Amino acid sequence: MKFKFHGKRIGGILTVIPKNVRTFEEEMGNYTATNARMKRMKEVMGYGEHRIVEPDTCVSDMAVFGAEQLFARGLVKKDEIGALLLVTDSPDHFLPPTSNIIQGRLGLSEDVYCLDMIQGCSGYVIGLLQAFQLLEQLRDKKVLLIVGTALSRKVSPKDRKTYPLVGDAVSVSIVENCAEATNIYAEMRMDGTRADALMIPAGGFRMPCTPETAVEHEDEDGNIRSLDNIVMKGGEVFNFMQVDVPPLIEGILQTAGKTKEEIDWFLFHQPNKFMVEKLADELEIPREKMPSNIVSHFGNSSGATIPTNICSNLADRVCEQSFDVCLSGFGVGLAWGAIVMKIGPLRFCEFAEY
Amino acid sequence: MKKVIDILQELRPEFDFTTNEDYIEDGMLDSFDVVSLVSMMDKEYGISIKGREIVPENFSSLAKIQALVKKYGVTDEV
Repeated sequence: MKFKFHGKRIGGILTVIPKNVRTFEEEMGNYTATNARMKRMKEVMGYGEHRIVEPDTCVSDMAVFGAEQLFARGLVKKDEIGALLLVTDSPDHFLPPTSNIIQGRLGLSEDVYCLDMIQGCSGYVIGLLQAFQLLEQLRDKKVLLIVGTALSRKVSPKDRKTYPLVGDAVSVSIVENCAEATNIYAEMRMDGTRADALMIPAGGFRMPCTPETAVEHEDEDGNIRSLDNIVMKGGEVFNFMQVDVPPLIEGILQTAGKTKEEIDWFLFHQPNKFMVEKLADELEIPREKMPSNIVSHFGNSSGATIPTNICSNLADRVCEQSFDVCLSGFGVGLAWGAIVMKIGPLRFCEFAEY
Repeated sequence: MKKVIDILQELRPEFDFTTNEDYIEDGMLDSFDVVSLVSMMDKEYGISIKGREIVPENFSSLAKIQALVKKYGVTDEV
């Protein structure tokens, strides 16, 4: 589906990251591979440090912590919020919606529209698209867009396909109307026939968690996980990213009437350094215009990698000036989407540790 | 310039890559080894193998890996 918006912008971004820093080196011993292979993986995939939540921390905890900072510092007022959107792959509960829980804990008005969206790596793009649509109704009010994950709690520490790259984070963005804002072009695609490429088999109604689903097993590559953990068909996901994402990007740039040279930054979801670099090469975009350092410093925080990327790589500059950017998220679903828009000057763009 | 066989042996010294076994089917290279191999060959030969070509069938034998590298204009014996 294609979208076009006018008069909307991102006002500011705060990304909440857990204080708990783990390094690839200290976890290497958990995986069934030689140290030499592990070190090669570290270099190629960009594994370094990742931020991992405490075992009892939920997305709502980090979201409330971040939003309260914004209110306390006067960066946004509670009565300016017209909607609270949450995009996550790790809700606190099946019911009630986590967005309602956050609204209650923040003490927001009953008039605030709350909505959960269960999505993963394309979460920031999907969240922005929903926010832009809601702003047609909200006029003077703003959308509190919360995108994040605590998915490390569902990843087996003995699975080297997933655990070294995972990271937790929750971003809180203010999305608002702005008469001067330029056109925004976007496209979103979904393919549920490949839904099993990234999934947590047990835990829903199809396969409830039981003692049997918690039993660990070893796959053909020596990774150990249970049906309660996330499982990724790495080759299939990699191929999807290299084959399906480039034409989407080429198409949206054409629709927006922008050349690759006119885009200042390609701020893409970051599964790992290798994948992002190969995507840049495939699109013939200079690697320095498509940052790939988020997994190395924070881990792959699913839908939150794009705002983490902005806060990490552009924080100072994007508060001072405006950039033409192409945002793209891709993964779980499978789902892939992109937005071409201007970003900045933001009123705030920073991290907070929880 | 290192040859592909040398890079393979460096990557997984415990296997004999001169055999006719299927590297992927027989578990000599897993998906991370393939990624590592691509990274090492990119550096060694000054190329960038396209992501869409990083599929198991291109890495199942020495001949297939050599053919892939040659597609990128590497003219020396690899």
